[in-house]
Amino acid sequence: MAATTQSQPRPIYQTRHSLQRTARDTVGIVLVYALLIGFSVLFILPLLWTVSSSVKPIGSGMKFPPEFFPSQIVLDNYPQVFRMIPFARYFANSAFVSTLAVAGELLSASLVAFAFARLRFPGRNMLFLVLLSTMMLPGVVTMIPQFVIWRVLGLTNTYAPLTAGAFFGPAFSVFLLRQFFLTINLELDEAAKVDGANEFRIYWQIILPLAKPALATIGIFSFMGSWNDFMGPLIYLSDTDLYTLALGVNYLRSFRGGGELSYQMAAATMFVVPCIVLYFIAQRYIIQGIVTTGLKG
Amino acid sequence: MTQSRREALVAYLFISPWLFGLLLFLIGPILLSFYFSLTKYNLAQAPQWLGLANYERMLTDPFVGIALRVTGTYTLLAVPLGTIASLLIALLLNQKVAGIRVFRTIFYMPSLISGVAVAIVFSWLFSHRLGIINFILSRLGIQGPNWLGDPNVVLWTLVLMSLWGAGSGAVIFLAALQGVPQSLYEAAELDGAGAFRKFWHITIPLISPVIMFSVITGVIGTFQTFTISYLMTGGGPGYATLFYLLYLYRNAFNWFEMGYASALAWVLFVIILFFTLILLRTSSLWVYYESAGRER
Repeated sequence: MAATTQSQPRPIYQTRHSLQRTARDTVGIVLVYALLIGFSVLFILPLLWTVSSSVKPIGSGMKFPPEFFPSQIVLDNYPQVFRMIPFARYFANSAFVSTLAVAGELLSASLVAFAFARLRFPGRNMLFLVLLSTMMLPGVVTMIPQFVIWRVLGLTNTYAPLTAGAFFGPAFSVFLLRQFFLTINLELDEAAKVDGANEFRIYWQIILPLAKPALATIGIFSFMGSWNDFMGPLIYLSDTDLYTLALGVNYLRSFRGGGELSYQMAAATMFVVPCIVLYFIAQRYIIQGIVTTGLKG
Repeated sequence: MTQSRREALVAYLFISPWLFGLLLFLIGPILLSFYFSLTKYNLAQAPQWLGLANYERMLTDPFVGIALRVTGTYTLLAVPLGTIASLLIALLLNQKVAGIRVFRTIFYMPSLISGVAVAIVFSWLFSHRLGIINFILSRLGIQGPNWLGDPNVVLWTLVLMSLWGAGSGAVIFLAALQGVPQSLYEAAELDGAGAFRKFWHITIPLISPVIMFSVITGVIGTFQTFTISYLMTGGGPGYATLFYLLYLYRNAFNWFEMGYASALAWVLFVIILFFTLILLRTSSLWVYYESAGRER
């Protein structure tokens, strides 16, 4: 088709039209890049400023005019943070809590989603509606009674209140995984059944391996939710040795010298690095996961 | 046992974690919360029955009105502006130009950072006299406001900060935009439709379910704003950022007024539910569902 149009002489008006078109397209592309770059700068500057401030000398926060680039690079701010608060311990605490939450959420949500997507049982549609409506429930109403229950059980000041919920099929993750599972061909299950596989084997050996993008997406969201959670640890943890990093980074401010810009930015940088690293590792999956689960309902 | 009964049993086994969770972490606590709201309860002693006294107390508590006004204003500003910002970013990211993946990452990066880190970083950035934002503004000949210290400005500052996280919504809108069939645009072009008409008559209707979803989750989220006000402003200056959840938290965990705090929680719960239902009920007016024609 392209060959035939090329071999024929083009009428003059068409060429002019297409010239106008390319001119307009060029203007469009320039405009798109201008907007993209302009907004990118706005979005990235606070991050760059955080990192650059983390290596500024002591007292930089009180200097006027403020500097964007450090006048002198001080790497010692980082070890200094480890000396002021038990940073390594808080990091380990957070890593433990978040890993447990991610594992619990992936396991429980995928089990529940598997049943909703691929098994037939009475009340399925009704229960799924209940699940959907719980997504709309604000957490505030359960906050106080949950605290009272954990307190009665003697489990405040442990990680149980921060991680238990993940093991009981958090609704949003169940919903996303179910949407993803629905896109997998049902004939796979039928074929496996003919070969004598039971439901659990189908779930474990067929569906889960195919659902890696969706699982990665949910895993990352769950990790970030847990890692960044401030209110949960604030309510449940009073022993400073048990603090998660979110509390610890804030705790730094109450120490002598903890008000220093450089220390705070060094702590903030180290706090966000795990999320950013994980995101880059799983980025390919995340975009794919969001696109395929569609979030369309 | 028949095949289908066996399958049903297995299915219930699979969903049992969620069913237990529903009872233990949701229905049970919700009922308990309602009971607490009718009592005086300070954790140390058993709850004492008060009837509706906590709810009557809310009517005369001036801080409830303040907290509702602060939270309502913030929601009214942050949700629409956040939705528009996310949509605009998604439209930009949907352009087919080289290097778009890099931009996608840049716009999403702030969404990876939340709570404590944002509060600490922006406290410095928005500092009135020493902050770099006001310094840059002064170089441009603009006198920057006292971002966090002026009661008339501080809510706007928090809204501005929330827009920094618009990238997370943009990714979801982007997925929706890419789901709009290209053939519709081509058909509209044949009919001579320009870019704006295509956007208004094709894009917006087709992604309106996603807009709806994002507005509802946005409303639920912003009504429960806590961390930023707790860490950055402590509810101040004055009571300019006394968010509802901050006041509730203080009642519960600083003053051990568990009963009153539960009543506060129930009222917020009803308010959020009310707005969610309004949004859902009016959705048929502005949300386009592809399957609607078939069902009715």
